[in-house]
Amino acid sequence: MLYREAGQFKSTYAQDQQIFPIRQDRIAIGLLLVFAFVVVPLIGDQYWLGALITPFLIFALAALGLNILTGYAGQLSLGTAAFMAVGAFMTYNFVLRLPWLGIIPSMILAGLCAAAVGIVFGLPSLRIKGFYLAVATLACQFFVLWALQRFGWFTNYSSSGVITAQQIVIFGVRFDTPAEKYLFTLAIVVVMALAAKNLMRSETGRAFMAVRDMDVAASVVGIPMMQTKLLAFAISSFYCGVAGALHAFCYLGTVEPEAYTLDLSFRILFMIIIGGVGSILGSFLGAAFITLFPIFLNIASGWLSHGFGVEISHATISNLELIIFGGLIIFFLIAEPNGLARLWQITKEKLRLWPFPH
Amino acid sequence: MKRSTLAIGALALAAVAGPALNPAAAQNEQFIPANFYWVGPYAPGGSGFGGGMIDYFAMLNERDGGINGVKLTWEKCETEYRNDRGVECYERSKKKGPTGATVVHPLSTGITYSLIEKATADKIPVISMGYGRTDAADGRVFPYIFPLITTYWSQNTAKIKFIGMKEGGMDKLKGKKIVNIYHDSAYGKETIPVLDVQAKKYGFQITHIAVPHPGNEQQSQWLQVRQIRPDWVILRGWGVMNPTALKAAAKVGFPRTKIVGVWWSGAEEDVIPAGDAAKGYIAAGFNLPGTSFPVMQEVLKHVYKKGKGDLEDNARIGSIYHTRGIVAGIITTEAIRNAQSRFGKGKPMTGEQVRWGIENLNIDEKRLKELGATGLMQPLRVSCMDHEGGGAVKFLQWDGRKWTVITDWIAADQSIVRPMIEASAAQYAKEKSITPRDCSKEK
Repeated sequence: MLYREAGQFKSTYAQDQQIFPIRQDRIAIGLLLVFAFVVVPLIGDQYWLGALITPFLIFALAALGLNILTGYAGQLSLGTAAFMAVGAFMTYNFVLRLPWLGIIPSMILAGLCAAAVGIVFGLPSLRIKGFYLAVATLACQFFVLWALQRFGWFTNYSSSGVITAQQIVIFGVRFDTPAEKYLFTLAIVVVMALAAKNLMRSETGRAFMAVRDMDVAASVVGIPMMQTKLLAFAISSFYCGVAGALHAFCYLGTVEPEAYTLDLSFRILFMIIIGGVGSILGSFLGAAFITLFPIFLNIASGWLSHGFGVEISHATISNLELIIFGGLIIFFLIAEPNGLARLWQITKEKLRLWPFPH
Repeated sequence: MKRSTLAIGALALAAVAGPALNPAAAQNEQFIPANFYWVGPYAPGGSGFGGGMIDYFAMLNERDGGINGVKLTWEKCETEYRNDRGVECYERSKKKGPTGATVVHPLSTGITYSLIEKATADKIPVISMGYGRTDAADGRVFPYIFPLITTYWSQNTAKIKFIGMKEGGMDKLKGKKIVNIYHDSAYGKETIPVLDVQAKKYGFQITHIAVPHPGNEQQSQWLQVRQIRPDWVILRGWGVMNPTALKAAAKVGFPRTKIVGVWWSGAEEDVIPAGDAAKGYIAAGFNLPGTSFPVMQEVLKHVYKKGKGDLEDNARIGSIYHTRGIVAGIITTEAIRNAQSRFGKGKPMTGEQVRWGIENLNIDEKRLKELGATGLMQPLRVSCMDHEGGGAVKFLQWDGRKWTVITDWIAADQSIVRPMIEASAAQYAKEKSITPRDCSKEK
């Protein structure tokens, strides 16, 4: 009843082309942003901000990066964690070696480094597709970690190969507490998500989707294959690189190259599969599901044993958590193969008809 | 679809209502988080160590009613040996109990690294007993981090001393070849610089060979060992890498009596899967296995006889990881006892107070006897300057069925280790603009 676009007339092209054409959506997004920027830091404690919401945002950004490449441009990649590692380690090096640069330019430069690596390892995509491309991007995953571990320059010759992220200072303002780091992360994620949303509505985005749907047809209508594919790799890697920088600087603080193993690449791939391939919202939903749900299960099992006095051995609970999580992934994929984002879309369509469906 | 949205809503509701289910925490309790790992490739280490620590706490609660009447409480949290889950567990546990988390044992070098700054800001001491960041032994720069008993670097100098003893004197090391086979992670790489320094000092040749995580494929590494023909191999493994290394050594015919392992390569779980290939293998240890120690008998009597033990498999009682957990329990509770003697007996202590307790900990032979832990661990004396405290290790040899002790406590060579620690800590202090504390002003 409330969610209905009847009576909202578009009289200019600008109105017709805005990101959220329905007024209720605009209001909802506005409220969500106010909530995220004002209410969450006020009511969230350190645990919520530092251990749950900040990593969720960071992984959502990484998933968004992968979604641009896999979901929109149709190039399967398993190198996400490697791009994150490049972002994290290069930001550290830029801040260390060029301290006058400041943290934001360092992160952008690190993102560009990740983009460069992405372009190099994206070259095989010009010849191979699908699973074969995924295997080719595996090379990136192993090469980057190998380089970070072998060349001391990347870690400033630390004996254990670990880097400790420097303090985040912007124009004399320090970002120390979890709430401040959360706001910093949120600001970057919001800007980049908005940019991604717009990019996908532009000519570039349409070219990506054309390549995804059928690359022969796309090249016939005049979309340059090499440029489009490599651009997709570059943009995607840039997003992942910035996510990696945030992961090191706003979340863990100290990172070793082993934090960015293939395991993490797979987790991010699962995020977009569960959240919705080719959807900005899906990246966020998938990241929330993969990062927060296991923790929720873990805490819930604790209540079970507290609240009902059921004594279950901890090892059983830990294993059960993985089993339930795996089961739910299968359930969601069967119930809605297009991901959680599609579920949301269906809900929206139903809401428009509610309470009088045909 | 409707039904599943309903289910999600119900889950969300449960998330909001859930905390209300928790019983109100009693005031006279001391909370210590048990953030270990019970699943995954490193579960034997996590469950054994965690089980030992919890068993010791349970024994104190049963026998003495806690520490001066303050009951010990704990809560398990699964870290899966993963840094992000470790941080999540830490954040979750730090506000529990009347005084919050008192001491954290991360039981992972990676998680320790991630917690250094967070715990220092939250004033919660981190005990990384036999692992973690070596230069944290300089307590002036790292007030809240305690790599107690012995660090990787100390242990390594003891290992070279042991090899020297076997060769008939340190001067005999000249021209010898030693290979360092290490787990390719922050943990594995930690000892490379100290080995290089010693190689220069004693004139032996050192080759570092990395084994990628998790280490279940080592054929090429051991072929390399065969080409080098070293006199000794130092095994710096973890988890499944250890039995694989021993089996690979047997395959290329390298004598296992010439392989010296770090203490994370020296538990029953590391050698039994290798079967006969492990016979004769030597490993360092800062705690000894067995159930003959009086403190182990107390644990058996008060905890396991009543069916309250934490280990599910009784055969693991008294294993290396289990007694290592007992040692962790002893150190933790002694630190709390020490803090109580200064800040008020019979009261729960805050993290800050326990920090003082650890820094001024002095477990001498007499106290070890009272605890029933003579021989289980070495005497420990911590100070503001020295957050390590002990530094000595014993060497154990696997005879195919059990570990036998083959040396007395071998002290580390602090003349090598300490300057390196101080230099490294000073560099960290400079990077982080920390002003080191003045230890003469600490009370």
